[in-house]
This record gives sequence, C-alpha cells and structure tokens, in this order.
Amino acid sequence: MNAMTDVPAVPIAFKRNAREALADPQLRRNFRGAMDFLMDKRRVQFPDGDELERLRAFGNRVRARALSKLPELLERLDANLSRNGVKVHWAETVEEANAIVHRIVEQHAAKKVIKGKSMVSEEMEMNHYLGERGVDCLESDMGEFIVQLREEKPSHIIMPAIHLNVGQVASLFHDKLEVDYTEDVDRLIQIGRETLRRNFFEADIGVSGVNFAVAETGTLLLVENEGNGRMSTTVPPVHIAVTGIEKVVENLRDVIPLLSLLTRSATGQAITTYVNMISGPRKADELDGPQEVHLVLLDNGRSQAFADGELRQTLNCIRCGACMNHCPVYTRIGGHAYGTVYPGPIGKIVTPHMLGLDTTRDLPTASSMCGACGEVCPVKIPIPALLRRLREEAVRAPEAVPHHMRGQGSKYSKKEAMLWKAWRKLNTSPALYRAFSFAGTRLSALMPSNIGPWTEHRSAPKPAARSLHELAREHLGED
Amino acid sequence: MSHASSVAPNATRTAPAIEPPRQYPDKPADVFLFGTCVLDLFFPDAGMDAIRLLEREGIRVHFPQAQSCCGQPAYTSGYTDEARVVARAQLALFAGDWPVVVPSGSCAGMFRHHYFELFKDEPQTLKQVESLAARTFELAEFLLNVCRVQLHDSGAPVKVALHTSCSARREMNTHVHGRALLGQLAAVERVDHDHESECCGFGGAFSVRMPDISGAMVKDKTAALKGSGAAEVVSADCGCLLNINGCFEKQGERLRGEHLASFLLRRTGGHKGD
Repeated sequence: MNAMTDVPAVPIAFKRNAREALADPQLRRNFRGAMDFLMDKRRVQFPDGDELERLRAFGNRVRARALSKLPELLERLDANLSRNGVKVHWAETVEEANAIVHRIVEQHAAKKVIKGKSMVSEEMEMNHYLGERGVDCLESDMGEFIVQLREEKPSHIIMPAIHLNVGQVASLFHDKLEVDYTEDVDRLIQIGRETLRRNFFEADIGVSGVNFAVAETGTLLLVENEGNGRMSTTVPPVHIAVTGIEKVVENLRDVIPLLSLLTRSATGQAITTYVNMISGPRKADELDGPQEVHLVLLDNGRSQAFADGELRQTLNCIRCGACMNHCPVYTRIGGHAYGTVYPGPIGKIVTPHMLGLDTTRDLPTASSMCGACGEVCPVKIPIPALLRRLREEAVRAPEAVPHHMRGQGSKYSKKEAMLWKAWRKLNTSPALYRAFSFAGTRLSALMPSNIGPWTEHRSAPKPAARSLHELAREHLGED
Repeated sequence: MSHASSVAPNATRTAPAIEPPRQYPDKPADVFLFGTCVLDLFFPDAGMDAIRLLEREGIRVHFPQAQSCCGQPAYTSGYTDEARVVARAQLALFAGDWPVVVPSGSCAGMFRHHYFELFKDEPQTLKQVESLAARTFELAEFLLNVCRVQLHDSGAPVKVALHTSCSARREMNTHVHGRALLGQLAAVERVDHDHESECCGFGGAFSVRMPDISGAMVKDKTAALKGSGAAEVVSADCGCLLNINGCFEKQGERLRGEHLASFLLRRTGGHKGD
C-alpha cells in the first residue's frame, strides 16, 4: 500500500477539467464518433445475448476464483517464472517499481528503452522517472507514440490517442517528424512505423505490460495488433514486463474465455493480430529472444481493494475499456478530464485505491448510476454498486471511520450530513411530510426560478397545486 | 483516432432485456400504490391516472398515507444509514399479500433489488424484503403481465418517442413493457430516437453535483427526442421527466414528456372498454 504522507491530498480538479472538455466541440465530436464505432463493433461480436450472459458469468467465475487464492497463485507464478528463468520482482509502491526498473537499467548501462503498451508503466510514470535519470523511453504502440509526441497522457486505456482525429495526427506528424502533411491514414501509419522501426534495434531494453500472467506454467500473455509488442519483447537484449498483482490467472485454460471476452469487448475483434506468450529468456538453442526477462509485480493500492470482499471485485478487471466506450459521462468529457491514468467507470473505482479517496473525491460522484458500465463489463464487475460503496466511504462521519481505506471520510461535511438527517426525519414522519408537501404545493409560486446549477440547463421544477397524497386521500379516502 | 459514426445507431444500441423472465400472479382484487416522492410533488396527476387505469381493471387501489420515499436519493449518495431508516418505514407500510404497483421504474427497482443490500445484516427484516420484492411491479409491467390489458386506442394517429430510465430499464425491463403497451395502441407509431438507451443525465443528486456533465447529457437527449420526429414524448420515470421537461422548457421548446399512465389513459378514453 502507498505510504501515508502528512501532506494534505490535493483533489483532482475534475469538475473544472470536465467543464473545459464539454466546451470543446472537436473533442466532443471525436469521442462521440469513436465511442459509437466501438460500441457497434462490440455488439457485432456478441450477437447472441444469452451466450454473452453465459460467457460473462464464466469470465466472472474465473476471475473470482483467481482472486480467491491470489496470494497462493502469485507465489506459484513467482516459482514457475523463476524456474523458466524469469526474474520476478515485487513492488508495493510505484516508487519501488521504478527503482527496480532503474536498477536493471543501470546494471546494463542502458541508455534507450523501447516500450510496448503498458498502463501499469503509465501508473508508474516510468517515462518521466527514467527520463529524469538520463534514459530515453520511446513508446512503440502507435497511439502511445502519438500521445508521447504531443507530450500528453493516454485518453483511453486501449486507444490512447482516441481523442484525436486524423487531421490532428497529420498536423502532429508534419510538425514533429518533419514529413509532408497527409491525411492518408495508411500513409500516416507507415510514417509512424518507419520512425519506430530502427528504434527497436537500437534499444537496450524493451518494456511491456501483461494481459494475463499464468501461474501454472509461468507464462506472460500479451495481446496486441501492431506487432510492436512482439518487437519490444523479443528484439532488445533485455525485456522488463510490468503488471499489477491482480493479473494472475490459475492456468492456460482460464485464459481462453478471458481472452475471448477481452478482445471482443475491447476492440470488437474475435482475436487480436498478435497473441504473445512469453515463458522465459532465449534458450541456448534458440535464435532470437531477449537474454534476460524480468517481471515487476506492482501492488499500488490493489491490496486495499483486495482486503474487502465487495471492493475486491474491482480487481476482476481485464482492462478491456468497454465500460468507457459505453459511459455517457466518458463519451462527453473524454479521458483527460479525469486527471487519472485509468479514466471512465473503471478509473472511478480503481483509482481511489491508488491515490486515496481524498485526491479522487469527485470521481465516484461523477456518475448518473445509469448502469451501462456494469451491463457491458465482460467479467461482471458491479461498477455502479462499487461507486455507491465508495460514495459511502467518502462521506462516512469521522467518528465512524475505521481507517481501512485511504482518504476515507474526506468528503464528509457536517452540513450535508445534517441535510440527510433532516431528509430522514421528513420521510419517516407522516405529519411532517404532510406539512412539507402542503407548503411546497401551496407556495410553489414563491419557489425561486433560479436554483443554482440545475437551472443553468433547465427550468426550475414547479410543484403541482396539490400532492398525490391529497388527491388520493380525496379519491380513495384515508388508508 | 476518431471514426465516423455508423448509419443505424439504434440497431446496435438499444438495450436488451436484462431481468430473467418473471412469474406473474393472476389479477388481484386489491393492490397498494407506492406513489414515489418526485411524482407526489411534481406529477400527482400521473399518479391519479395510474390509479384510474388500475380501477378500470376492477382493482381496488390502496394508498397508505404514511408513505414517502423509497430511500434511493440517500442510498445512491452514500448515506446508507439514513436510507435504511426511510426504507424500513416503507417496508412496514406495504406488508401483507397485495401487490405493490409503482408508477416509476427506478423506485420499483429500489424495492425489488436494493433493499436486499440495505438489510443484508438483518435476517428477520430480509423476510419482509423478500416479500416486498416479490410483490413489487412497475406500473407498465403490472398492466401488461398481471392485468393483461387489451388497450383500445381512441386517439388520432401520432408518432411517439419512449424514454425509459436507464436504471429502471436495467433493473425492471421497463423498456420492454412500455413498448408492448404502446404497441397495443393502433394509431400510435413508436419511433426510435438516437442513442435511445443512453442516460438523460438525471441520476438524482448527480444532476446537482455534476451540473455541467448532466446538462450536456440532457441537451443531447432532448435533441435526440426532437430529432426523432415524434410529436409526443412518453416516459414512466418522473426523475427523467423532471429533467427532460425542464430542459425542453429552458430551450423554449413546445415538446414535453408525459407520464405513460396519463398517455395511456388519455388515448383509451379513460374508461374500460372504450
């Protein structure tokens, strides 16, 4: 778990970010179009609703079983990877994880790192950490490469540059790579690939993420579409994989349903172009592959979620991004507004464990609880229920805080707690309720027409002349 | 990179039925009506129209005067203890065997699904919760599957868009029941609207806590409803109606959402057999 610090947490300026994003018509159009496209692609992959439900239930059971024996599986993973010649490192914090990576870099006097796509490395801000220490990190996933050129962060966990359209990428390449301006997508990809190609051979170390870490066989499974993942993990002499502790599954059999759910939910593909299975460094009789393979297993708050039976379900996540694609909030504000590595619904439930509920105080409330995320989650994470739980933890009164969550109670306000107490009294005292609705209906003309934020986009609601209680009493008699 | 939107959005984005098929009882002689707090103050006529629809089916409607709110606002805001106290009061009021009809899908969903979580540590109370959940029906569901109504449309031809609350749709299948009832009306043509299954942005306290995001959502929703070519908008969830109608009004639009109960009663002459 993260070290507690005395510095008060600065909440992410989510509301301000969201307001700015909403005012950007280009961003709104880009996300709406892209999310519609992804939703349609997913739906085509799951034509049979009943089969989808069976598969989701199966995926959920596989993940739940893995998490039910997480410590044991991690030890088996460690033992079997070690037997295969992979060096396994454990990191409780991102600082520890970065230090481990840096140590390996120093051992090899490495100057250049090429990276496949890895959200955990984003969590670590590895590029920044190594950059400060004179090591050059280059992203090789096309989307990651684009956001790195723009000095931005990914706006989506699967499609990092989804916030941009072709014209924006064309301008970027024209400016930064000094090529002729073109909006031909194939040509742009070609330009990107040519730029990246030589870097694979120049890099001292390749870094990648992991989709599934298989305990039984000591295998790291990595899916991708561009081949950059395979290049990053096989061409440089050293490969460092970084992943969260929750990514472990029991055996290869478990991978099959999860893989099928992942690719279909994420990009609407039956399978990705590349499925890499890494079980160790190059053996004596092999012609290629790295001489050294490392795995860094990162906690970074995951064990806090793990410790609670309900919140543990957060760790079911296989990072498909379907919850983002279907989220009406994410669709409108995009990924950057969240100010977190993981945006969207999954970001709202996982980030509080990483950064604390104080820093992320606005995230759990930034949901209308419409349920779209829970409906599409391939491993059935009850995201709305977990959002509600985090809201509960955030407003828990100080005296009732058992201090098992970082930042718990940070959104507590005496004023709001009093309001809900009054609401409770009103709704459990029929006489009070009657008096209130009598006043509300009779005095509706006195209601202000401007009631703060609500009336910026809507007229103020006007109570009817008489409540249903009154009308029903007249019609049906006292009951 | 951004991609062009596909041609037929609703072909792939209309929510499927979620709830497993439910066993329905025979039409009872008596029912409770749970009016819900938003309807009580803002749409009482819709509540009366629901009562008339039920009475027209020969059912005696009971409206316990001590009823208030299902507890959902506090529950979703994280004030679970306050929600539990209010929920307990409703549990006591709606004891017995009569079905509980709710003219608002999300409140029905609260009774049917979320009270289990609220009272998970109270085995005795859970028995009452189980009974209430088994007897709770959203109005459209009750008319369709318990009363098995056959509606006779007496209105002029009209195009209608149906908005269903997202949590209600996911917890209570309200879109399935609402569409089926509208489908019985001969001169009513139900039209899809763009991103029909997407939230209108209400979400209770969400609309107050996150007014900018909520505002963007309801603006898109009203634009989609207008763009559908529908002359009338119908919904069976009062929170959404409050939100959508408020936005229509602010924009100076003539269009308003009407509660499904009022629409059905109006289209069918208000009396049985007409």
